[in-house]
Amino acid sequence: MSARWPTIRMIVNGEQRGIQAPPMKRLLDVLRQDLHLTGTKEGCGEGECGSCSVRMNGELVNSCLIPVLQAQGAEIQTVEGLAPKLEPGGTLHPLQEAFLACGGAQCGICTPGMLMAAAQLLETHPRPTLAEIREGLAGNLCRCTGFMRIFESVLAASTQASQPALRQAHHAR
Amino acid sequence: MSTTATTRIVGAPVPRKEGVDKLVGRAQYVDDIEREGMWHGATVRSTIPRGIIRSITFDPCINWSEFTIVTAADVPGKNHIQLIVADQPCLADGKVNHCDEAILLLAHPDKHKLLEAAGAVRIAYDPLPPVFTIEESEKQNEIIHGEDNILKSFLLEKGDVDSVWATAAHKIEGEYRTGAQEHLYIENNGMIAEWNREDGITVWGSLQCPYYVHKTLRAVFDLPDEKVRVIQTETGGAFGGKEDYPSILASHAALLAMKSGHPVKMAYDRMEDLAATTKRHPSRVRHRTALDKDGKLLAMEIDLAIDGGAYSTLSSTVLSRATLHSCGPYVCPNIRVRSRAWATNIVPYGAFRGFGAPQAIFAMERHMDEIAAAIGIDPVELRRRNFLHEGDANATEQRMREPVILDRLLDRALKESDYHAKRARYARENPINSVKRGMGIAAFYHGSGFTGSGELYLNSLAGVDVTVDGKVRVLVSNTEFGQGTNTILTQIAAEALGIDFSDVIMAPADTAHIPNSGPTVASRTSMVVGRLVERASLQLLAMLRDHAGLGGRSRGDFFAACARYREAHGKVESLCRYEAPPGIYWNDQTYHGEAYGAYAWAIYVAQVAVDTVTYSADVEDFWAVQEVGRVLHPVLAKGQIEGGVAQGIGYALYEKVLLENGHMANNQMTNYIIPTAEDVPPIHVIFEQIPFRYGGYGAKGIGELPHDGPAPAILNAIRDAIGVPVNTIPLLPEDLLAVLAARKCVEEPVAQ
Repeated sequence: MSARWPTIRMIVNGEQRGIQAPPMKRLLDVLRQDLHLTGTKEGCGEGECGSCSVRMNGELVNSCLIPVLQAQGAEIQTVEGLAPKLEPGGTLHPLQEAFLACGGAQCGICTPGMLMAAAQLLETHPRPTLAEIREGLAGNLCRCTGFMRIFESVLAASTQASQPALRQAHHAR
Repeated sequence: MSTTATTRIVGAPVPRKEGVDKLVGRAQYVDDIEREGMWHGATVRSTIPRGIIRSITFDPCINWSEFTIVTAADVPGKNHIQLIVADQPCLADGKVNHCDEAILLLAHPDKHKLLEAAGAVRIAYDPLPPVFTIEESEKQNEIIHGEDNILKSFLLEKGDVDSVWATAAHKIEGEYRTGAQEHLYIENNGMIAEWNREDGITVWGSLQCPYYVHKTLRAVFDLPDEKVRVIQTETGGAFGGKEDYPSILASHAALLAMKSGHPVKMAYDRMEDLAATTKRHPSRVRHRTALDKDGKLLAMEIDLAIDGGAYSTLSSTVLSRATLHSCGPYVCPNIRVRSRAWATNIVPYGAFRGFGAPQAIFAMERHMDEIAAAIGIDPVELRRRNFLHEGDANATEQRMREPVILDRLLDRALKESDYHAKRARYARENPINSVKRGMGIAAFYHGSGFTGSGELYLNSLAGVDVTVDGKVRVLVSNTEFGQGTNTILTQIAAEALGIDFSDVIMAPADTAHIPNSGPTVASRTSMVVGRLVERASLQLLAMLRDHAGLGGRSRGDFFAACARYREAHGKVESLCRYEAPPGIYWNDQTYHGEAYGAYAWAIYVAQVAVDTVTYSADVEDFWAVQEVGRVLHPVLAKGQIEGGVAQGIGYALYEKVLLENGHMANNQMTNYIIPTAEDVPPIHVIFEQIPFRYGGYGAKGIGELPHDGPAPAILNAIRDAIGVPVNTIPLLPEDLLAVLAARKCVEEPVAQ
């Protein structure tokens, strides 16, 4: 049945991928079902919660609102592509290190989307103010943390001052 | 003693145990899991609030032979959810008692075909008159439950309330209301079930209490213990919302799995989750209070009513906790609390962080400010004059045997928030500003663990074992859903055993492998289960010393002794059963005695700005000062408080469940609004630590406490800002407009 569908080509986390899928299938479902990248989560299906946030051509998008045809030729980054390698002893992205040290993740379901929003923010604002962090994460709902630990995580990832705390977390693990 | 000794791991900011899995996207939530040959399930629900099901027909436009169809007739055992009272059917049988009640289940290999098919099931009803509010239920014109619509009632009495009114210097009355609140965990409810004749049922799901689900599945399928297996998947938030509902969803998925012969996944979308699953009980609390001329409490008469929804579910225990928290952390010689949970034709209300306490505490603490205003005492001073202290007895005549430091907490909160200076400044500035500011305070306690004899009935069993490859596993049925269960329990075991944090892991949350250490609810994990894990660890060391020659205290000595023990005894395992602290007395009939093993204490302060042009109230700053025993993990503990405060802010100012003919009309994230990153104020979290000798390394409960205080503190701050009492939450701008407009009709607002 899927042979009827045109092949949509995307670069996902640095790899060239071709997917045969209905053109209106949500990018979220293509990532989760066709590419088995289940790190990207669905929270509401209507672009409100940001749990499905991924980066597409350098922009933050809600993948539940993107028909996959719109991703034709696009470069997509998901949470699985944030850290360079994940073998034991491998490195985490500085944001992941900071979320671990500062308690930025609790239940973890908003975390992948939150990390992608934070990564996007740090690319445009490498030293964000608290107000910029609040605005940058305003499209990503978290019900566990009350956001304080997340703000602290993003600040920590963006400043040298955080390095001792991050190293401590790394060693404790 | 362990509670005061210097610790290596307890109290240290070790990384969250499952943190890396969550951060790299490899943690497996239920919707991330596929099973071989898996089908999908859907639910056909009642579209009316109350009525008789006349017929169920299937539109021939659908090829029904492709589908598995399940109704109440397919339930092999008892068609009810086995909770406290077995009045809630697993699937409606002949009648419906609320909108969105499950009537029929469908399964199909293709998830997308289910929506159309569900819409092609035609259900005809003979409607009956519905009951939607506490007031309608009280009238008893329509009897929808038992003989009087009362799901549960309590009467708590102390002293002689009636003797006080005639001579009291002050008598103040008030009525306070709270609305329903949705948990809004970001991961919806979801479950996968498999069935075969040899093994019985296995379910994987997003849930808090594996053994609650286990109990219901045994009843619904009439199966012995060993033929039901419940496995918790990574759970994306719960807050009480995955305490009772997963028992229903697991039953549904398992019924479809049994009939179709395929694994079946049921993962709700947001609209279904919001419409069909539990919420916080709405409440109405009436206070009548007598005080002497010095502002000391003489008598409290409290009438407390909660809306329980269509079935009993957990309303009796929610009502119990509300009753026991309704008098606040104050000394009062004469008390009468009459409380009732009323049945309505609304989706049953359920557990939600605080479990009745936030409703009762909202009323008590809002009422304290009205008392203060009425008798002309500063609200802080009024509270201080009536605080419980060590040695005093509370409403149930439980003697406070542990230190009570409310005065210290209050002093700290006032200092940190600069309460008095700000209040004075706002009083000067408000008359000339359209944005009016105020400071509000709430004083409260929250009982840790199950009420009264509840922990004895639970009879929890927990422990540790040691695997062949040299890992210590914590054996509990208490689950992680963000609060930090995995981290604190492994910290406790590592600390007690003298080994590294990385040496200890959690056994899988799978009823095939773990003992029943009770549900993950009621702020009991740190205090009650933590203590069991600590005791089991110390017991293991004693076993190794006595039977495996453990001499030294190094990590190497420990694992060498474990190896010797294993050689001699086969396995290395240590389990402990709950033991009540000594001298505990509780009477379930009169509601007297030790209501809780311990209390966490808190003073919260809100700084609020009310824009009198837009009628919006914003929390600008927030201070949370509390004593929760020993803080086991400083970062996780702060996260618990901050998250609870944010939910409390939502409860007060943002979150409104709109019902239309008994169905949630705003069942989307688009129009059920919670605080975002741009809405939350700075939240200052301060702990004073007094280790509790019967808690895990001195811990008391922490998880629910922070939801109790924000709403009254915020509404008290709004009163301080605008000089008008507002006694109902949620308070959205349109609600504040309505309050002020109604008031303007009677009189001009009173100036500060």
